[in-house]
Amino acid sequence: MSGEGAAGGGWTGALRRRATRALPPDKLLPDAQPAYMASWIYVFGVLTLAALMIVLVSGGVLALKGPAWWHVSGTGRYVNSLHLWSVELFMFFMVVHLWGKFFMAAWRGRRALTWVTGVVCFLVAIGTAFTGYLVQQNFDSQWIAGQAKDGLNSVGIGAFFNVLDFGQMLMWHILLLPFALGALTAWHVLLVRLRGIVPPIDATTPPATPPAPAATREAAG
Amino acid sequence: MKRRHRRPSAPDPAAFPTRTYDLLKEFTIASAVVALLTVGLAAVFSSPDVKPVTLASWARADGTDFTATAVTELGGTSTTATYGPPYNHTPDAAQKIGPVSLQNAAGVRIRVDTANDFVLRPLRQAPEPPAVTAALTTWTAAAPARQRAWTSAYSDALAKANGAAPARGDFGPVPVLVARLRELARAGALDGQLQAQGTFYQTDYTRPLLFLSDGSHLESLARAQHLKGDQWGMMNETGNYPGQAWLWLYTFWYQIEPFKSSGNADALIWAVMALLSLGLMLVPFIPGVRSLPRWTRVHRLIWRTYYREQAVERGRRA
Repeated sequence: MSGEGAAGGGWTGALRRRATRALPPDKLLPDAQPAYMASWIYVFGVLTLAALMIVLVSGGVLALKGPAWWHVSGTGRYVNSLHLWSVELFMFFMVVHLWGKFFMAAWRGRRALTWVTGVVCFLVAIGTAFTGYLVQQNFDSQWIAGQAKDGLNSVGIGAFFNVLDFGQMLMWHILLLPFALGALTAWHVLLVRLRGIVPPIDATTPPATPPAPAATREAAG
Repeated sequence: MKRRHRRPSAPDPAAFPTRTYDLLKEFTIASAVVALLTVGLAAVFSSPDVKPVTLASWARADGTDFTATAVTELGGTSTTATYGPPYNHTPDAAQKIGPVSLQNAAGVRIRVDTANDFVLRPLRQAPEPPAVTAALTTWTAAAPARQRAWTSAYSDALAKANGAAPARGDFGPVPVLVARLRELARAGALDGQLQAQGTFYQTDYTRPLLFLSDGSHLESLARAQHLKGDQWGMMNETGNYPGQAWLWLYTFWYQIEPFKSSGNADALIWAVMALLSLGLMLVPFIPGVRSLPRWTRVHRLIWRTYYREQAVERGRRA
């Protein structure tokens, strides 16, 4: 209500104010970045996101048509191939991104949670890919399930997470794990936007200077 | 008490000079590049799809192995029958990490009785020739020790015969039972029986997969596809495809001692990988490890433009 002033709006208003204070639009969708952000290694984060999008879209088409479709249809086989290769690219980009961030010590400056969510994303992605291999319904699935059960059973996980149960693995692969991966990725990206790009190791705060003209700024980048 | 303010370990990025950057444009270009790469790779290399093994194809291709496995399932000596949790209670079968057995702690939650589930029930559910009915009656009436003696003697005779007809011996009703089971398997009936388990809809393949895994047929096919553990198979898939290359470290431990020859290898390697994963997650908090990036100096390469400009700036000031 207008009578409640700037602090009004109840829980919703409080959440909105907190969100816009932490991540104002120009920080959420920036059109400028620190000039030190000038290396090919930065590209791998966005490449990982792009590959994830293709993984989700190709997986969505496979889900629409059902798990047996790709075995009996040429188009289905091609969509399955898109899914396989986008996963391979996704994992490759993510590993390069992870190593890049390690060598940048990107957890500095209150960014530890960004690192932790990134590593958890990596581990959840491994689980998602693994369940994907289990639900292919071919020889690979049979063999991988037969071998993986021993590892999981040896630590008690197999009693609850049965890799020989196709139905259970399909649900994990197309619902639970993608949901977890999507939520973690969103959290990770928001943390990146919130804390900004980590400055170079041993960099010190530059002395305050009057803002340079736009052309000069671009030339410096 | 005065609160101590720690110096931040990195300055605020907002204090640095900036350059123009288009987030949406970068994402669009990246998406287009990845989409093109994916479309190209999928068109050129496709994806592997080797047909699954069925109980029918196994019994037809390697009847000797099928029969030998069926005898061990009936006698309770197969890998699954002696597995322990989560399938059954078998003393000392569970793996341990030191004194702790998480496998035992989780308990038996997917109960599998190999003699009944894999052999006797399918035989009873199928139309029974009189000889099979008589064999089932004899088997059920016999004491467990007698049953074990029959299956053990028949297993030995099969091994000695090496694929030929075994020598005569006191095998009780075992040859009749497993011969009928092989007939059912060859006809394709056993696949349906093990999957259906009395229901119409079915998505759980635990029992047929366990039966298949107990034989050596599946294993020999896997070896031909370089999928065995000693072939780093965990990170491979059928054909010449990259597979799960990211599992290289997990499969690496299986290749070296003390894991390679340990009866608790699976549990120990899980523990090692859990610890390493936790370590990777907590790198920012581990002294020494968190300083590795500074010591390796790879960051000098990543931010070479920044460091070069800083050096020029320092030189100018000097």
